[in-house]
Amino acid sequence: MTATTLRAGRVHRRQRNALLIAGLCVALLGVVAVTLMVGNTFYSPDEVLRVLLGEQVPGASFTVGELRLPRVVLGMLAGLAFGMAGITFQTMLRNPLASPDIIGISTGASAAAVVGIVVLSLDETAVSFLALAGALVTATAIYGLSWRRGFAGARLILIGIGVAAMLHSVVSYVLTRAAAWDIQAALQWLAGSLNGASWERVAPLALATLVLAPLLVSRRRDLDALRLGDDAAAALGVRLRPTRLLLILAAVALIAFATAAAGPIAFVAFMAGPIAARITASGASLLVPAALVGALLVVAGDLVGQFALGTRYPVGVVTGLIGAPYLVYLLVRSNRSGASL
Amino acid sequence: MSTARLAWVGAGAGCLVLLALASVAFGNREISLHELIAALAGDANGVGQAAVAARVPRTVLALLVGAALALSGATMQAVTRNPLADPGILGVSSGAALAVVIGIAFFGLSDPYGYIGVATLGAAVAAVFVYAVGSLGRGGATPLKLALAGAATSAALSSLVSAVLLPRVDILTTFQFWQIGGVGGAEWDRIGVVAPFLLAGAVIVVLSGRGLNTLALGDDLAAGLGTQVRRTRLIAALGAVLLCGAATAVAGPIGFVGLVIPHLCRLVVGSDQRWLLPFTAIAGAGLLVAADVLGRVVARPEEIEVGIVTALIGAPFFIWIVRRQKVRAL
Repeated sequence: MTATTLRAGRVHRRQRNALLIAGLCVALLGVVAVTLMVGNTFYSPDEVLRVLLGEQVPGASFTVGELRLPRVVLGMLAGLAFGMAGITFQTMLRNPLASPDIIGISTGASAAAVVGIVVLSLDETAVSFLALAGALVTATAIYGLSWRRGFAGARLILIGIGVAAMLHSVVSYVLTRAAAWDIQAALQWLAGSLNGASWERVAPLALATLVLAPLLVSRRRDLDALRLGDDAAAALGVRLRPTRLLLILAAVALIAFATAAAGPIAFVAFMAGPIAARITASGASLLVPAALVGALLVVAGDLVGQFALGTRYPVGVVTGLIGAPYLVYLLVRSNRSGASL
Repeated sequence: MSTARLAWVGAGAGCLVLLALASVAFGNREISLHELIAALAGDANGVGQAAVAARVPRTVLALLVGAALALSGATMQAVTRNPLADPGILGVSSGAALAVVIGIAFFGLSDPYGYIGVATLGAAVAAVFVYAVGSLGRGGATPLKLALAGAATSAALSSLVSAVLLPRVDILTTFQFWQIGGVGGAEWDRIGVVAPFLLAGAVIVVLSGRGLNTLALGDDLAAGLGTQVRRTRLIAALGAVLLCGAATAVAGPIGFVGLVIPHLCRLVVGSDQRWLLPFTAIAGAGLLVAADVLGRVVARPEEIEVGIVTALIGAPFFIWIVRRQKVRAL
């Protein structure tokens, strides 16, 4: 193995990754375009394009511009946020099960958001910040509780499951007491849904993503170094504590804002990372592919949920139906290979 | 030691009677002692008496379900030799829930015997599946692998439940309240239907107590002592699934009772299953009645479903157990 072959391999992998990211972007754009065209009334690509360029098209301006566009943007942003936050946690804790939706951080955001919406009747922005507070408190609690003479991923996951169970009962309690919310709407929210998307709801999430996503992307080398283990990362020059704190804060904030806007869309944070890991060349940073996979999952899941299944399902049911067997499969595979989870 | 245990069992039973009385006496409407005694003596005139009469079946159901879930949890912990086993955590209750939902939505299930049969079947399938997934690979069924397999299966099953339920507004309302887990809708007919199943499960489980004791020594030693390991395990698991399935069919999935109670009882009466199992049943009944009373009193004039109360009490307990374990043992 000479330096030339090594370099050739690296160049090859880099090209493959660039190609992959481009491919994911194209797929995402394709699904978004279909989502904008299809619905109760079909609009041609031409009409959709004219609406996007700001022209007034009778009928289409309202349906596409005010209904379908916020919905698809919300889906993209939520998927992006979930995917990024998920892969950040999974990489940092070196365990695919340590995604925020399994260890209870999403549930913390949900509980706070539900209380904000149902009990306190707050507006969209306030709900987002309440969800952020809920997620931060939950994350701190889980981290603190699982710290006992050292730190173990297995303990953190189990404690997270316990915390999630508790918070879930809070959510169910609040939702059953909500007179204004009928049960169907409550259940939809619990599963995660893009129904009722509006620009007001998209705004806080959009701002958060604009700030946090570039931040995470700029720190992706540190994240990749953390994957090698704390000692190796420190040897590579990563300052462990501040880096970890920054990454956790950014990921938790993304989860919180996405959950406040779209509900805890089931398993997106968990699935995006492992799927991205399968399709990227080994050694490449997974952050951007995972974000794109997350966005693709949500937008495509919403399209399927709305039109492919007879009745209109919220996106969370679709992603749940894909994600749950995947979770079981991952578990079976890692148990078989004897890997310590 | 035996007298001390007997005293504990006696004290537990005494507490249980007091809790049952409290459950009949407290609720949305306050009742005087006089009214309470009159109602229990069979007088059905007056509003207070009527309230008491409505609370009696609810109390009985809470007692039965609590005892069943605690027994089921204790047995699962013994069968899997796993401190985190509980019908809720292992996904067994979700299996029962999904089976009931499918039964209602697609097969027009309404017969109470059908509910119990279907729920038990679902519970059994989920239990077998979770155990199979959790015991793959090196080291067999470790607590961590079982708990993760259970949590994953639970999550999978609950997304299936919402997929079945969401388009069906007609059954959504009934189901939503059932799904949280509560004993509020108790009626004598349903109790009459479910009681024989619970009794059968309890008898099976208590009779396998001796076998479970030897299982605790490890499979090899148990076999050496003449226990038929597989048969004992299978029969005890069957009893546990029957208890959990039938309890879930009438009261919905109620979590953490099966986790908390056996651990507490082990501190008190030790780990001899022949003592532990009966005491677990008493304590489980007590916990569920207490949780039900608490849920009625705290949020007056509304009620908090008992499943929510047990989760709020039980989840911190789960975390405590996880923290006590050594990482290697996980």
